[in-house]
Amino acid sequence: MCLAIPGQIVGLVPGTDLADADVSGVKRKVNVGLLDDERLAPGDWILIHVGFALSKIDEQEARATLELLETLGPAFTDDLNALREEE
Amino acid sequence: MRFVDEFRDSGLGRELAAEIARLADPRRHYRFMEVCGGHTHTIYKHGIEDFLPPNITLVHGPGCPVCVIPMGRVDDAIHIASEPGVILTCFGDMMRVPGGRGSFLDAKAAGADIRMVYSPADALAIARREPARRVVFMAIGFETTAPSTALTLRAAARAGIRNFSVFCNHVTIVPAIKAILDSPGLRLDGFLGPGHVSTVIGCRPYRFIVDAFHRPVVVSGFEPLDILQSIYMLLKQLSEGRCEVENQYTRVVPWDGNPRAIEAIRETMKLRPFFEWRGLGFISESALELAEAYAAFDAERIFRLPGVRVADPKACQCGEVLKGVLKPWECKVFGTACTPETPIGTCMVSSEGACAAYYNFGRFTRERVREAVR
Amino acid sequence: MSDLERTVLERIERARRRKPALADERVTMAHGAGGKATHTLVSALFLEAFRNPLLERMEDQAVFAVNGSRLAITTDSFVVSPLFFPGGSIGDLAVNGSVNDLSVAGARPLYLTAGFILEEGFPTADLRRIVQAMSAAAGAAGVSIAAGDTKVVERGKADGCFINTAAVGVIERDVCLGAASIRPGDAVLVSGPIGDHGVTIMLARGELDLDSALVSDTAPLCGLVDCLLDAAPVRAMRDPTRGGVATVLNEMAAAAGVAIAVDEAAVPVRAEVRGACEILGIDPLYAACEGRLVAVVPGKAAEAALGAMRGHPLGAGAAIIGEVRGDPPGLVLLKTQFGGTRIADMLVGDPLPRIC
Repeated sequence: MCLAIPGQIVGLVPGTDLADADVSGVKRKVNVGLLDDERLAPGDWILIHVGFALSKIDEQEARATLELLETLGPAFTDDLNALREEE
Repeated sequence: MRFVDEFRDSGLGRELAAEIARLADPRRHYRFMEVCGGHTHTIYKHGIEDFLPPNITLVHGPGCPVCVIPMGRVDDAIHIASEPGVILTCFGDMMRVPGGRGSFLDAKAAGADIRMVYSPADALAIARREPARRVVFMAIGFETTAPSTALTLRAAARAGIRNFSVFCNHVTIVPAIKAILDSPGLRLDGFLGPGHVSTVIGCRPYRFIVDAFHRPVVVSGFEPLDILQSIYMLLKQLSEGRCEVENQYTRVVPWDGNPRAIEAIRETMKLRPFFEWRGLGFISESALELAEAYAAFDAERIFRLPGVRVADPKACQCGEVLKGVLKPWECKVFGTACTPETPIGTCMVSSEGACAAYYNFGRFTRERVREAVR
Repeated sequence: MSDLERTVLERIERARRRKPALADERVTMAHGAGGKATHTLVSALFLEAFRNPLLERMEDQAVFAVNGSRLAITTDSFVVSPLFFPGGSIGDLAVNGSVNDLSVAGARPLYLTAGFILEEGFPTADLRRIVQAMSAAAGAAGVSIAAGDTKVVERGKADGCFINTAAVGVIERDVCLGAASIRPGDAVLVSGPIGDHGVTIMLARGELDLDSALVSDTAPLCGLVDCLLDAAPVRAMRDPTRGGVATVLNEMAAAAGVAIAVDEAAVPVRAEVRGACEILGIDPLYAACEGRLVAVVPGKAAEAALGAMRGHPLGAGAAIIGEVRGDPPGLVLLKTQFGGTRIADMLVGDPLPRIC
């Protein structure tokens, strides 16, 4: 139930619910009808499941998640401790 | 691949693993269930259990919509495929699922026109191209996939396509989780919530796990870092005495889900009063059938189905594996009578079934494999 | 690991070592996929009936001596659909497939036979295209098509055109290649990005409605093999056709009773192949190649082998992807991209796209 992959919109097909999406150079028409409220544009990233877009990928949230992960590591904690020792 | 590779960074993985080991209380043994079969697949495919300390066990849940399809329903589908002029379309996952008298692959060998499709939209396209044939789409999947079936039904109705119908086997996730939680003797400390189902239904539906059963839930993405971060978040909740529904998969899952998707499901489908889940028995209001307004597209009305309830083979313990009560190797027939080549139950057939995942991916102990690869 | 788990794992190992028995009443598509089902069919049915020392080696070709010369023979049948696809046609596969099965044994391919099974109604213009492709491929491989056969079957009994080729070659080098000689410490190399052909075909069938610039990698490997054998001692080579690299590695590990440890991050895969595989839920390690080879060489010779392959146009993307270990025997182990470990087992049947 879960296999969904991020893809980038390269074009919208006017008059339809379809978009041309690209996943690493592989292209497919994807139905974006579930994302009507999102005002999609070429360049946007969407989550594709069985040829339908389930969600628009929030690039800021993606970045935030990664940044959070980067701060979790011991390296970060070590840096922090080193900083504290200096103070 | 963007939004994929960054979440497979092995350096970050090692750091997260260290944090998890640090946070886990060495006096406790944690049991976390990943509900979703896709999570099970990722865990094994990337070898994520290597990143966990020995006092964290991942228990595989029933979120494998292929695994829970009773054998009788497979037989019904084969019956439909054997009707004159029918093209039965389905996802690849279904091809090897054993029914009472063989799988789709076997039926195909015996002459049925059964075709694999990637999308329900492609099944509808076949119907358009072959007006003389009756095209039936076997719809499976949780709420992740139901909206796609729903939109396809709408498109079929709008275009007046008369030779297309859906054999609906969509199931819903919450009753499956409830069945787990009601299982006696199953001790779980927290849940990794199904990330893609949640893009549709949002995170609120899991509140009952927190409110009634007092277990923390973290809705998790499907890349290795997502799963590790979700485990970290569960540990953090437990260590801080919190019990909440949290969303780790914020880049994709909106807290309120996708209203359009829910609306599409509501328009085209309705809840069945009850439905049989392989291994879990009959569960009320746990599956979908086509709504009255879409009766013309309902394969169950168009074709008279045998509807015979086929009992699981006595040896099959899929139910307990699905509920996380048994680990795959604890099933009496695991690896002997039941193998990927000769599967008895769906847990072995489905690529995300716990048994197949363990047999194919995790067969040797992590230590032994890690030693050999070092 | 608990005692119970250990017991079960041992039970599985015993079951795996048992002679395979064919339980299926009918042939299914799984039997043609190159994985476990195919192996069971071959071992339990064909090998049982035809048993002889040459066949028992279960290599891609048979090597034997006649009057002091070592010859190699092989056969391959081609039933691909669609017949024409980006990068080639069934004609290219028919020549290159058999030629490559000889090349990986260190044989210089000499002659091919070509048997055609044509469906009533098949356009002769298409047949001409296929045959012209075969002629060009034979020229590129340095072989002649010396004998042939043609049959026509009624409409519906063949998918347009089926081709069988058999090839004979001579082993002039003093080499004795075969999976049985693989030993711990050996290095495993692949000659270029994997899965191009398998994914191209999957997309070319049109049912999945996926488009890409991918082309089949079909090519004759004789020149590449010559470069490699000139530069380094080689234990064994295989061309990873249906079933992909993972299947070939499993076959070799089983034949030699060794473990093969693969570094997933070192395996070259084109971006589009990855993309298509991620969409469909397929592992590129199981997707077919038609112009690649997997070579096992002594560890010390790995760099020389790599350099030799990279110096040839068909080996520009070559890489060292793993090494041979002693234990656990018969298994292919993967260090995943993420850093975890798993087993890359033999597939049962065709890799099927999944939604879950």
